[in-house]
Amino acid sequence: MTDIHFTEFKSPSIRLLRAFSKDWIALLGLSILCLLILLAVFAPLLVPQNPYDLVQLNILDSRLTPGSSSFDGRFFYILGTDDQGRDIYSAIAYGMRISFGVGIISTVGALIFGATLGLSAAYLGNRFENIVMRIVDIQLSFPAILIALILLAVFGQGLGKIITALMTVQWAYYARTARSTALVEMGKEYIQAAKCLGLGHIRIIFNHLLPNCVAPLIVVAAMQIAAAISLEATLSFLGLGLPITEPSLGLLISNGYAYLMSGKYWISFYPGLALLIMIVCINLVADRLRDTLNPRLQK
Amino acid sequence: MLTFLLRRLSESLIVLLAMSLLVFVGVYAIGNPVDLLISPDATAQDIEQVTKSLGLDKPLWSQYFYFLVQVLRGDLGHSFMFGTPAIELLLNKMPATMELATAAMLIACTLGIPLGLIAGLKSQSWIGKTIMTVSIFGFSLPTFWVGLVLIMFFSVQLGWLPSSGRGPTIDLYGISISFLSWEGIKHLFLPALNLALFKLALIIRLTRAGTQEALMQDYVRYARAKGLSESRVIGVHILKNIMIPIITVIGLEFGSVIAFSIVTESIFAWPGMGKLLIDSINNLDRPVIVAYLCLIVVFFVIINLVVDILYALLDPRVRVGGSA
Repeated sequence: MTDIHFTEFKSPSIRLLRAFSKDWIALLGLSILCLLILLAVFAPLLVPQNPYDLVQLNILDSRLTPGSSSFDGRFFYILGTDDQGRDIYSAIAYGMRISFGVGIISTVGALIFGATLGLSAAYLGNRFENIVMRIVDIQLSFPAILIALILLAVFGQGLGKIITALMTVQWAYYARTARSTALVEMGKEYIQAAKCLGLGHIRIIFNHLLPNCVAPLIVVAAMQIAAAISLEATLSFLGLGLPITEPSLGLLISNGYAYLMSGKYWISFYPGLALLIMIVCINLVADRLRDTLNPRLQK
Repeated sequence: MLTFLLRRLSESLIVLLAMSLLVFVGVYAIGNPVDLLISPDATAQDIEQVTKSLGLDKPLWSQYFYFLVQVLRGDLGHSFMFGTPAIELLLNKMPATMELATAAMLIACTLGIPLGLIAGLKSQSWIGKTIMTVSIFGFSLPTFWVGLVLIMFFSVQLGWLPSSGRGPTIDLYGISISFLSWEGIKHLFLPALNLALFKLALIIRLTRAGTQEALMQDYVRYARAKGLSESRVIGVHILKNIMIPIITVIGLEFGSVIAFSIVTESIFAWPGMGKLLIDSINNLDRPVIVAYLCLIVVFFVIINLVVDILYALLDPRVRVGGSA
C-alpha cells in the first residue's frame, strides 16, 4: 500500500523479486521448493540407493526403523526402509520426480489447451464462445476428483492416462480465466489496430492477445500444479493412478498403509510428509504470485 | 421462464446421454470380466456359456441400446462378483455413505460457522489470523493423507477410536444406521472428521467474508446505535443475514462431499458406495461401476438443475441473460 508510487512502472519480474524479498514465508516456500526440485531432478546422484534396482535391495533390511544401518553395513537408512528393504529417503526422491513430472506436464498441457480455447472463444465470440463456455460450466459443476475417477475407471490406468485425466480436469479453469481476461483486452485499441492492419486471426490471438493475458494464467497454473499433484497422489493411493512400475508418492503412501496399524508409521508417514511439504510450498509461492500479479490488487 | 426450463432440461439430458455413452463404451471396451470369473482351466464351452449369459457376445451398439433401455427401467445389470442386481447392491450401501456425508456436513457447519464468525469479527487480531492460516491447510492438505494421520494418532498411538468399519448398526425403519449407539458414533467420528475438513475450511471462509460485509452495513450500525447487546447484534442481525449464501453452498457442496467420500471410505474401510466403487474397479465388476457412475451423475445433474431453477426463480437476470 505504501509503495504505490514506485512499483507502478516496474516490470513484473522486478515486482516479483521485490514481493518475494519482503515476504519471508513465501521466500521460505520458494527456497524449499527449489531444494525439492533439485533433489527430484538429481535424485540418482544425491540419494544413497536406486530404490528400483533390485540388486541394491536386501530383503534382510526390510522394515527397519528410521536411523538404522543396513544388515551388511552398506547403507544408512535415515528414514527407515519399507517391506522390501528399500530406503525410504531414496524412494521419496524418486517418487517426487514422478509426482513433479506428472503435475507439471499435465498442468502445462491443460494450460496450452485451455488457454487456446478460451482465447479463441473470446476472439471469435458467437456460437463458438457459447458452446465452449457452456462445456466449461457443465464440467466445473462436477468435482475434479469425480471426473478424474470416471475417466480412469472407464479408460484404465497408466502414466499417459493419468496425465490425460488430469489435463481433462484442469483445462476448464484456464479456458475460463483466459476468456474473461481476453474479453477485457478485446475492447482495447491495440486489438482494433491489429485487426485494421489485416493481420491473421491466429497471429492476433497468439502474438497480441496472449501476451496480455499471461499473468492471470500463470497464477492459476501455479495453484493448479499443487492441485494436480495432490489429485494424482490421491488417485495413486486408491490404486487407480500410476502402475507399480512408476511409484509416485501416492503409491509409496498406499504401500505403507498396511503397516500403519502395527506401528510401522515411517513407511507411509515420510512420503506423506514430503507430499505435504511440496503442496504447501507450491501454495505459498502461488499465493504470493497471485497477490503480486493480480491487477485488481494493485492500486 | 418456460424456454429457460426447457433449455436447461434438454442440456441436462444431453449431459446424461453423453455420460452414459462415455461410461458404457469405456467400461465395456476395457478388460474381459469372463477371464476374472472363470477359473483358468475352464473349457471353451464354459467360457462361451458365461459370455452368453452376461450378454457379452452381442455387438457393442446393441449392448448399448439394451443397456439404455435397462437403465431407464432402473435395471443396471447384475454384479459379476455377487450375482445380485448392481443397483440393489448400491442402494444397500447408500445409507452408510449418506450417514457419513451428513455427519461430515454437520461437523463442518457446527465448527465452521462459529469459527468463521470469530475470524470475521476479530479479523485483525491473532485469533482471526490463526483461524485463517489453519483454514488454508484445510484446503491444501490431501484428504487421504489427513485420514492416515488421524488413524496414526487416534487409533494407533492413543488407541481411542477404531480405525475401520462401521461398528454395530441399528435398524431404523429398515435402514441400518450407526449413530444411535456409542460404539457406532466412535466408528463414525474419525471418517466424518476427515471428510469434513475441506468443507470446514470453505465454510469458515464464507462465514468470515459474509460477517465482514455485514459489519459494514447500516442495519448493524443501527442495531448497535439502538443499544442492543453485542450477542444480539451478532446472533440475530449478522448471523441471520449471512445464512442465505451459506445454506446455498451447503446444499451445493453436498454432492461433492459424496464424491469425496470415495477417498475417506477407502481409508477407513467404511462400507459405503465409494468403497464399493473402488473394490468394483479393482475386480473389473463393470455393472457396479456403471451403476455407481450413472447414479452419481444423475445425482449431480439433479442438484445443479434444482439450484439453477431456484436461482432463475429468485433472480430474473439469470433468465434474461440465459436466453440472450
